[in-house]
Amino acid sequence: MTYVLQQLLNGIQLGFVYALIALGYTMVYGIVRLINFAHGDVFMVGAFVGYFTLRALARVTLAGASWLNGILLFLLAMLAAMAACTLLNVTIERIAYKPLRNAPRIAALITAIGVSLFLEYFSSLKFVFGPNYITFPSPLPAQTWEVAGLRISAIQVLIAVVATLLLLGLNYIIRYTKIGKAMRATAFDRDAARLMGINVDLTISFTFGLGAALAGAGGVLYVSAYPRVHTFMGIIPGLKAFTAAVMGGIGSLPGAFVGALIMGVAEVTAKSLYSTMADGVAFLILILVLLVKPSGIFGRAEVEKV
Amino acid sequence: MKWKVPSWGLLVILLAAGAVLQLAIHLEVINAYWALVVTYMCIAVISSLGLGIIYGFSGQFALGHAAFMGLGAYTAALITRYMGVAPWTFAIALVGGALLAGGVAWLVGLPILRLRSDYLGIATLGFGIIVRVLFENSDKVIPVTAGARGMTGIEQPDFVFLWAFLLLLGAIIVARNLRFSSPGRALLSIREDETAANLMGVDVVRYKTIAFVLGCSYAGLAGGLYAHTFLFLHPSNFDFIKSFDPLLIVVLGGLGSITGTVVAGTAWVAVLEGLRLVLPGEVLEWRYVIYPVLLIAMMLTRPQGLFGTSEAAILRPREAEAPAAPALATEVTADGTHP
Repeated sequence: MTYVLQQLLNGIQLGFVYALIALGYTMVYGIVRLINFAHGDVFMVGAFVGYFTLRALARVTLAGASWLNGILLFLLAMLAAMAACTLLNVTIERIAYKPLRNAPRIAALITAIGVSLFLEYFSSLKFVFGPNYITFPSPLPAQTWEVAGLRISAIQVLIAVVATLLLLGLNYIIRYTKIGKAMRATAFDRDAARLMGINVDLTISFTFGLGAALAGAGGVLYVSAYPRVHTFMGIIPGLKAFTAAVMGGIGSLPGAFVGALIMGVAEVTAKSLYSTMADGVAFLILILVLLVKPSGIFGRAEVEKV
Repeated sequence: MKWKVPSWGLLVILLAAGAVLQLAIHLEVINAYWALVVTYMCIAVISSLGLGIIYGFSGQFALGHAAFMGLGAYTAALITRYMGVAPWTFAIALVGGALLAGGVAWLVGLPILRLRSDYLGIATLGFGIIVRVLFENSDKVIPVTAGARGMTGIEQPDFVFLWAFLLLLGAIIVARNLRFSSPGRALLSIREDETAANLMGVDVVRYKTIAFVLGCSYAGLAGGLYAHTFLFLHPSNFDFIKSFDPLLIVVLGGLGSITGTVVAGTAWVAVLEGLRLVLPGEVLEWRYVIYPVLLIAMMLTRPQGLFGTSEAAILRPREAEAPAAPALATEVTADGTHP
């Protein structure tokens, strides 16, 4: 029983990170109907920016206690990653996706694949991030606590707290701010939103930026838990997060969160049972969910008007 | 579907060209590396034509093509492993690979083709990953495949290029005859508007399944050729990332255009290999930086693909044969729906 709970806990840890990526996917999809395959690579860039920030700050002491110092440094690295990713994704949107907004949808999708390949291979060049695996320095002491027989690490607490705060922040932005309202309106009906005086282009850029900020934070959290940074690290988490978003019903924010937790738990459970099959299990669950509910768990079935 | 050959004269010329090229490879006028490249062109185009039938003709956004190619490749490799690579056993292997891929496509398609648009895409992509995981674990059932270590010991049959080239011609003719036949028109009508097609009495489920099974058999056939060209199979060769390659080719060529697929597929391999030639060794890693830039530039300047939906004159039916043909040449819809 303890074993099951422990796996559940590890799965939720992974699920929180997937949720941060999945929300970016689902928001962008909701607003421009684009599967932004480059999102996983933005997540990778976030991890690298976090790594370089931490390395640059390695000798800096912000607070006396090593714990507080570690947390502050980590937050700085995360903020740097979020800012860099926001800038990157907004630029990508302006250059690569915006000109194709009225083209067939597949054209933007192919461009997204192109952007994804570009980010992966460009950052593999020696003068950018380089092709090697890098070990991410742990920002926190390797402390674990025993609670009711479960081992909880400092990183797990950090991930849970930071991810929860970010998700609450996102919820606040989308529900209670003016730009959030504009996002919802644009996702619902772009033309009507424009007629109501909403700056659609700005709203779309903001959505890309917001999604990228979450992905950047997710990147730093991910490598804090699984400390290997490399330029192709974004592909599989990106794909899993996207799958989670589809499973939850793409375009739905709570759906992306629930889907991400399911994916995380499923992956960790499958790995602990039969490691070589783990990747397959998550996608088997996806297909089964879609067969029962073709528009995802929280997705609305689209009624086709004839 | 009536059997028609677009032009006998051209076919004879192409056959002669293929034979000459094979002779040049055989006499080592063309070195082994470039022989691989031209053979791979044929393979890439066959596989892409398959996706063209699924996505270009019937508008089903399927992202599991590499998996079906892998199924064909492993099946064909296993068959020649036990039966040898005489021409007739090689033919059996290729047909076996195509049939298995088609059969699996049929089984998978029954439930999965109900999904629409991006949901279908992600489900087929997921299927592709499951198949890759199965390849990685396949050595527990069939030790010869060696699972994640990669399958070796595949023998090379004679005249592999000629096989690939002839099968490519056959694949083009079949796709072309399908395109301008009654079932082909049914597929196009599903792509344009599934609901309308259904209301006009097109058996949507049946035709979608036909397109999916036929397209995946193309992938299986291409896989069989791939196995006997490169003589080494690894699960990562059939990863989901590889499913994007035929998708790129089909979209770059123009959705639903056979001409476009052939040109784009050939050009795609040529550009990737050409960059290897052009770039000096120390900046070779720029190859995959330049390639996506070209891809993005191409999509930004010509979002409808090289040929749009049009076909080269040679592949179009003569007026007397198909009076309805001009009405089909509709442009891809721009209203944000999957064309």
